[in-house]
Amino acid sequence: MTMCGASPAQTDTGLVPSDGALVRLKVLDIAELGRGGPDLFVLRLSPPGWETPLPGRFLMLRAAATGREYLCARPFSICRINDEALVVFFQVRGKATRDFAALKPGDPVDVWGPLGNSLPVDSCRPVLALAGGMGIAPFVNYVDQHPAPGNISLEFGHRLPLECYPLRYIEGKCRIRTHHEKNDGDRAVFSALVEERIREFALSGIILACGPGAFLRLVRELALKYRAEAWLSLETRMACGIGACLGCAVKALLPAEAFAAPAQVLAAPPSRGDREHFVQTCLCGPNFRADRVLL
Amino acid sequence: MSAGGRENAKLGVCLKGARASLALNNPVLTASGTFGYGLEFSPYGDLRKLGGIVVKGLSLEPREGNPMPRIAETPCGLLNSVGLQNCGAEIFLRDKLPLLPVEVLPVIVNLYAAATDEFAVLAGLFSGEHGIAALEVNISCPNVREGGLLFGQDPRMAAEVTAAVRARCPDKPLIVKLTPNVTDIAVIAKACVEAGADILSCINTLSGMAVDLNTRSPLLATVTGGLSGPAIKPVALRSVWQASRAVSVPVIGVGGIGSAEDVLEFILAGAGAVQVGTASFSRPDAVFRIVEDLPAVMEKYGVDDLEAFRGSLLTWQTD
Repeated sequence: MTMCGASPAQTDTGLVPSDGALVRLKVLDIAELGRGGPDLFVLRLSPPGWETPLPGRFLMLRAAATGREYLCARPFSICRINDEALVVFFQVRGKATRDFAALKPGDPVDVWGPLGNSLPVDSCRPVLALAGGMGIAPFVNYVDQHPAPGNISLEFGHRLPLECYPLRYIEGKCRIRTHHEKNDGDRAVFSALVEERIREFALSGIILACGPGAFLRLVRELALKYRAEAWLSLETRMACGIGACLGCAVKALLPAEAFAAPAQVLAAPPSRGDREHFVQTCLCGPNFRADRVLL
Repeated sequence: MSAGGRENAKLGVCLKGARASLALNNPVLTASGTFGYGLEFSPYGDLRKLGGIVVKGLSLEPREGNPMPRIAETPCGLLNSVGLQNCGAEIFLRDKLPLLPVEVLPVIVNLYAAATDEFAVLAGLFSGEHGIAALEVNISCPNVREGGLLFGQDPRMAAEVTAAVRARCPDKPLIVKLTPNVTDIAVIAKACVEAGADILSCINTLSGMAVDLNTRSPLLATVTGGLSGPAIKPVALRSVWQASRAVSVPVIGVGGIGSAEDVLEFILAGAGAVQVGTASFSRPDAVFRIVEDLPAVMEKYGVDDLEAFRGSLLTWQTD
């Protein structure tokens, strides 16, 4: 690509929903990453036949054999998507993810997506990607899809050994630095580095972050401090993923008149007079501008 | 739909109220609060195939809803305390309703208010409104003028609300949605029908609660919430059976319906139609599949006319 192209975060109006589709896929294979049972898995599914979605979007997944003990699907970042497979990275945290970990090749799963908005992709602006732990998942797809991945600098903070994370897909494609946090001292060092990097990228870069709540709050504060354009990829409890259950609300700054259809407004910086309103993570996110969302 | 030889199955139902009737192409509606404003589900099925949709509860002004967390899974169920987050009646009429295929899809609005006069004003907004097939009144909400007691827990208040809505919107069939959180649902059912309800829907969510031992916190920010899903199906079925025997108007069954078999169970117990709720969270195509499956399931159980099948529950012969 020679043109300098920017694709703003794709959003709909909040009125007419997305291009989502429900498909029954088959498990191709499932691999546990790391040793000693940190319960981290890479699940590869048969390709869904979607037109390749812009990076940062998510899907809902449920095992077709799900009983009634729990009812809802679970949301996941699209970790990779291509003609061969749809890849999801997950950690066992409860009953549903325990069932996912027990899936076998050939098992049917129901998936709907791609859902939500995408992360901004601009081939000319340098990108600082900040990932904490499981928050690496959307950045694998981001690096995969980016027209100029050499412009991406990824800082990855993690607590488990590095082999627990699906970094191999993007090794050598962008600048990656990893930071193993074994104690609070390591965390303080990583936090200081995050601040330094945000300051560096504030003038002309885009900052993207995904990870635990405390990590996102830190990135948000620093992005506001240095007036950087930063996007936070949120993980919120969801039942449906499509704007019906209203379980994934998050507070965002909006002008009063945008309350009915907030998604487009949220892609631009806030204005004076904007007020806090609940919006749905599934329809208006999962990626929010740091200066719009309140965490 | 591959109906094969089942085209003759009579899927259509007519819910004949005392003053107004609601004719549906099939008995499967969506439950309020589980289907957004309809369009959210259009990528997952053809809205025009549904019996109708009941949209998210509307209030006079937009409502932000309750703080997070608002939803929690429980065995076979879902607890929620969304707090009626909605865009308000005016924005619904201006921005959402025009996008729905109202000529072929009955669209029912669900109304939420905190006082009787507020219900009346809200109902007035929909009177004469083309594209609104009926009103459903949510009386499972606290009456702020009477110490926060739920309208639906007191026969006098339930009747007052029903009469007030009836008076301000006389041209639409009036559905009143009952709460199961009462001692005797038949008493409330009768009060609503006497006050002018054309149709009843049973039931709204059951009051419930869940806690986390690790954090020693409730799973919902509001501590208690409404339980829905398969867990409440027996309560819903019982309520439909009791209400339909207590009144002469049609009853719509709601609560834990997830299959075409469930639809027939409710109709057998006395429902004239049903609403699919939480199942739409589990799979966005759930309600479309239920409609598609219904003719085959009717054939399997020897049902060829839903109107004739309604309430045909047999009784045990006891000495």
